[in-house]
Amino acid sequence: MNMEPTTQAIRPEAAASAPAPANCVIEARNLDLTFQTNDGPVHALKDVSLEINKGDFVSFIGPSGCGKTTFLRCIAALETPTGGSLSVNGMTPDEARRNRAYGYVFQAAGLYPWRTIAKNIKLPLEIMGYSKAEQEKRVNQVLELVELSGFGGKFPWQLSGGMQQRASIARALAFDADILLMDEPFGALDEIVRDHLNEQLLKLWARTNKTIGFVTHSIPEAVYLSTKIVVMSPRPGRIHDVIDSTLPKERPLDIRDSPEFIEIAHRVREGLRAGHGDD
Amino acid sequence: MKSLVAVLTVLAAIIAFWYAACVPMNIKGVLDQVERAGVEVTPATAKERRDRGEIGLVAQNTFAIGDTWVQERPRLPAPHQVAVELWETTVEKKITSKRSLIYHAQVTLSATLLGFAIGTGLGILLAVGIVHSRVMDMSVMPWAIVSQTIPIIALAPMIIVVLYSIGVQGIIPKAVISAYLSFFPVVVGMVKGLRAPDAMQLDLLKTYNANTNQGFWKLRLPSSMPYLFASLKIGIAASLVGAIVGELPTGAVAGLGARLLAGSYYGQTVQIWSALFAAAILAAALVALLGLIEKVVLNRMGVRA
Ligand SMILES: Nc1ncnc2c1ncn2[C@@H]1O[C@H](COP(=O)(O)OP(=O)(O)O)[C@@H](O)[C@H]1O
Ligand SMILES: [Mg+2]
Repeated sequence: MNMEPTTQAIRPEAAASAPAPANCVIEARNLDLTFQTNDGPVHALKDVSLEINKGDFVSFIGPSGCGKTTFLRCIAALETPTGGSLSVNGMTPDEARRNRAYGYVFQAAGLYPWRTIAKNIKLPLEIMGYSKAEQEKRVNQVLELVELSGFGGKFPWQLSGGMQQRASIARALAFDADILLMDEPFGALDEIVRDHLNEQLLKLWARTNKTIGFVTHSIPEAVYLSTKIVVMSPRPGRIHDVIDSTLPKERPLDIRDSPEFIEIAHRVREGLRAGHGDD
Repeated sequence: MKSLVAVLTVLAAIIAFWYAACVPMNIKGVLDQVERAGVEVTPATAKERRDRGEIGLVAQNTFAIGDTWVQERPRLPAPHQVAVELWETTVEKKITSKRSLIYHAQVTLSATLLGFAIGTGLGILLAVGIVHSRVMDMSVMPWAIVSQTIPIIALAPMIIVVLYSIGVQGIIPKAVISAYLSFFPVVVGMVKGLRAPDAMQLDLLKTYNANTNQGFWKLRLPSSMPYLFASLKIGIAASLVGAIVGELPTGAVAGLGARLLAGSYYGQTVQIWSALFAAAILAAALVALLGLIEKVVLNRMGVRA
């Protein structure tokens, strides 16, 4: 299969021409992406416009194949859009990537089996040329952040799936990127572990004040975590609805039983249903 | 324990088969011998026996069966004859003696190791080039494959003659043949290994803006280790074959190949078989040694035991 999208210049100046609010870190305008495959073109993203502000926790939700991963990968400059404009930190995505603007957490933990947890977390730090002492310090910091202190010397296979995923989050947090992109990081985990990690992730977000883009399949997860929920629909992938959460920043797990929570969840579900209905 | 029993059973079966095979293989020789010594055999003359089936001869002369295992120059030596020869030429002979198998094995071994080192080094370098350059991928790989389709037995004399004509002899030509045989599995395995990282792992490095060099040392090389060791085990065995083949056309006086050749000149089948066994034992030892190194390295790398 040919995975190369047809290349067409993306226009960062388009983003510059109509200045976004000063605290806008990610701005997409009329973003389009068509994959050329052997079975013909696949329109993965169509006319996607979205602004993400500094400190936002944005969830992307929608049925599979609606372009959530593709959009996240565009922000990370792992895919090149075929139309529209996209800016990250006021730069093109690729410039932002080269400036190490974001940490990316993949669906699978993807830890190197031949490295201990601590050494895995050091990987980006080694590549980015941090000093040995600084590496040591940061590893300890992020291990504490994801509650894995004491597991630094273990190899990945000695850890449970949930712990491995936390280690991979720690790896993305170890360097100074103020954007964190996560593609269904808890998708493979069971409900209880997932609840726990959601809680931890919120705390971590509050402490680090990062801007987070988070792909999920789960409505409660999206509502519980986000300040902004982007509901997407498939064929072609596009944004169906953007819901700004009215929930307070402080969110205990039982907030999920509050009427407010249920109402937002309802709106997300409606959006998903409507998005699905019209194809 | 159970597997030990199974292994020993198979071994016993092989040895039993071997002894059984010695009987028809050697029966004519034995009958000729005993006939000359004045024993009555059926049929009575070598001429009559020539066109008879071996099995029939054995059935008619069962008294001679025992002798088929103790001939001096049997067509097929019995296991204990080979074992005794091995024992005498390894343990009982001084290592410096020209009749010591240890001495010959060590001659072959040094060419094997030198060739293996050259072949492995070359193989790894080629693999690195192939993985990083499309041009090399398309230009080197076909030649590497073609090189292995030429029978080494045809190529070995040419290599030796060509090298001799430019004044290179001794261990080097043998090592070159060894290297020629061993670089190929290393190239193939290493290319596969260096390409083992999946798209996600490569994307991860891209998000760190890692350069090619970092990608190689931190991801590709460690990923390739299991593949490398699998190739090295094939490579070392091929190296040994190369070194032995390299000893044949020169009429070399030392080395396991030389022992094989000398044995066949003088009809010393026991000597041939013991040289063959020495080569097999040597190969097994080298592969086992590599297996040990593999275990240590992969263990260090944290691979699950
Ligand atoms: N590299 C690619 N080449 C071709 N098609 C792709 C590629 N990546 C994704 N797609 C297609 O684009 C669409 C959106 O995929 P994706 O972004 O992975 O969806 P999601 O993450 O929402 O499940 C799907 O139809 C998928 O098959
Ligand atoms: Mg996806």
